[in-house]
Amino acid sequence: MTDSSPLALEVSHAVKIYGALPNAVKALNDVSIDVANNEFFTLLGPSGCGKTTLLRMIAGFETITEGSIRLFGENIENLPANKRPVNTVFQQYALFPHMTVLQNVAFGLTMLGKSDREANGIATRMLDMVQLGEFSNRKPTQLSGGQQQRVALARALAPSPKLLLLDEPLSALDLKLRHAMRVELKQIQEELGITFIFVTHDQEEALTMSDRIAVMSNGELQQIGTGREIYEEPKNKFVADFIGETNLLTTQVESIQGANAVCVVGNHTPLECASAGGISIGDTGIISIRPERITLTKPGSDATGSNLTGTVKRFIYLGTDTQCMVELDDGTEIHVRVQNAHDSATDFDVGERASIKIDQGAARLLVN
Amino acid sequence: MSAPIAPLNAKKNPNAGVFDGIGLWLLSPSWIVIGVFLLLPVFMMLIFSFLTKEFRGGVIWEPTLAAYDQFLFDRGLFGDEPPTIEWTYITIFARSIWQAALATLFCLIIGFPTAYYIATRSARSRSVWLFLITIPYWVNLLIRTVSMKFLIRDTGPLNQFLMSTGVIDSPIHIVNTNFAVQLGLFYSYLPFMVLPIYAAVERYNFALSEAAWDLYADRWTTLRKILIPVVKPGIIAGCILVFVPSLGAFLAPDLLGGAKTFMIGSLIEEQFKGNAGNWPFGAAASMILLSMVLIVLMFYARQQTRAQAGAR
Repeated sequence: MTDSSPLALEVSHAVKIYGALPNAVKALNDVSIDVANNEFFTLLGPSGCGKTTLLRMIAGFETITEGSIRLFGENIENLPANKRPVNTVFQQYALFPHMTVLQNVAFGLTMLGKSDREANGIATRMLDMVQLGEFSNRKPTQLSGGQQQRVALARALAPSPKLLLLDEPLSALDLKLRHAMRVELKQIQEELGITFIFVTHDQEEALTMSDRIAVMSNGELQQIGTGREIYEEPKNKFVADFIGETNLLTTQVESIQGANAVCVVGNHTPLECASAGGISIGDTGIISIRPERITLTKPGSDATGSNLTGTVKRFIYLGTDTQCMVELDDGTEIHVRVQNAHDSATDFDVGERASIKIDQGAARLLVN
Repeated sequence: MSAPIAPLNAKKNPNAGVFDGIGLWLLSPSWIVIGVFLLLPVFMMLIFSFLTKEFRGGVIWEPTLAAYDQFLFDRGLFGDEPPTIEWTYITIFARSIWQAALATLFCLIIGFPTAYYIATRSARSRSVWLFLITIPYWVNLLIRTVSMKFLIRDTGPLNQFLMSTGVIDSPIHIVNTNFAVQLGLFYSYLPFMVLPIYAAVERYNFALSEAAWDLYADRWTTLRKILIPVVKPGIIAGCILVFVPSLGAFLAPDLLGGAKTFMIGSLIEEQFKGNAGNWPFGAAASMILLSMVLIVLMFYARQQTRAQAGAR
């Protein structure tokens, strides 16, 4: 983000309330996001978290109850959707069934007052870009889901919007196609240099494509950051739990060493945890440990001498990994993920005792 | 069907089995219904139209083209003059088409927004609205048409209201005018316009409107270029359902209209009612009406196939 160029999108203190007072529902509560030019920005959260409401508000389909939306420095919150230089790729594509693929893609250009020739020229180029040039005279219903998805993308990109909004566009595709489209979407975004705002509930999708991710829950923003930041330094329990898999252990702060806190887990085993600060001795908190940052060793064989021990309860074979469920001595169950490349996990039998080693810096203390 | 399975199960048409063996027998109720209630009566009318009339109603089994001749040509009082074109019945037909087309247009103008309004309500109020639309249909059409006459006659509540509020000084004569017939047709067939359009709009994906709006179309353009083309099959179905019965209607023109508003339906009705009628002539008029309706339906069917061919 450079200060010289204005931000592509600034949503400040956005509030959305549906309905009148006694039954009013707050769908968005004081959400602010800044999106830089050319950024691939993702709104991530479970259904009902307000991510789609926010997207529809940026598109102009929903009015904003409080707050402002600025596009490249200009306030757009009072403009109707057809006056905003913003286009949307809809979840179910919403292609016009009575028009050909070409007419669909040319529609926005025609509405902007372009001549038919010019509109068709640009639309043809857009269809070539998404590799559908030969399908231009077909009707949308004659295309497969993946092809319809590309038409929707071409249609939304054809008028060269300043901002492209994508509302879970990959959710209707099958797994293989979805993975291929992720890469393609990211490539198109980089090629065209258009800012993308992408809505999804799929954290893997968010991690693969996004420059930055905003995690939302209950109409509130939980954390904004790069994929690495929200995965490795989650700010709260919700983010830690929602992004990837994690072990959450309730604990108490024993002592503080710089930015780190020493907490007790298991049967009074001290564990050094990274924290965001703002904690004092005696606080209760939750420790998040990613299952792939834990290793199991035979008791006594570990040179570092971890005192944390438990009993192996179950193995779940997941292809690339094996997930082990281990019961700590105080009864808490934790998950450990071991890559099947090195076969340490399979050294254990169910019911066997194991020494548990947690990677340096892998434990994170979360307040609330 | 994919090629590898074909040798084992070499049926080209998956429905082919329905039309042979036991399938044919299972279909017999449909064939009987279609035969007895549809083909047979029409066929009888076709035969009747080519027979000689019996003066007290009924037919004499002597083939003749007299009925069609009477419809098209005037041969003077005793039938011995050189034939000239008979305009009476052609005029009645033209008027009927005009009235039916007009009724269809009015039903569309009022019916489309009504259907749109209902289809965009919540599921619960939708069923209430649909119930209200169909309520009048629990009452016989004759009764409804008569009550319409009472409403609009010179001493009826409409005129009384307008006079009491001082809008008019003397009653407006509505009964026995084309307007009254129009009103009757409109009132009788409006739901036939509303219901198919409602069904189409209810199925309409409003994300399409949002997409058009997002792509810089204003509301009017969205209506014209997206909503109306997408729900067009419903609109056409509604138009046919209003136009066809309006064309053959006789209650509204009989009760609300006068001699100057005579329509095909009444003409045919008169030929069969009582002893004074002319069955072959009524049958011939019915056949001509049926042909016209079929032409309209064929036009529609051709459009549909063309639209489907476009989608293939």
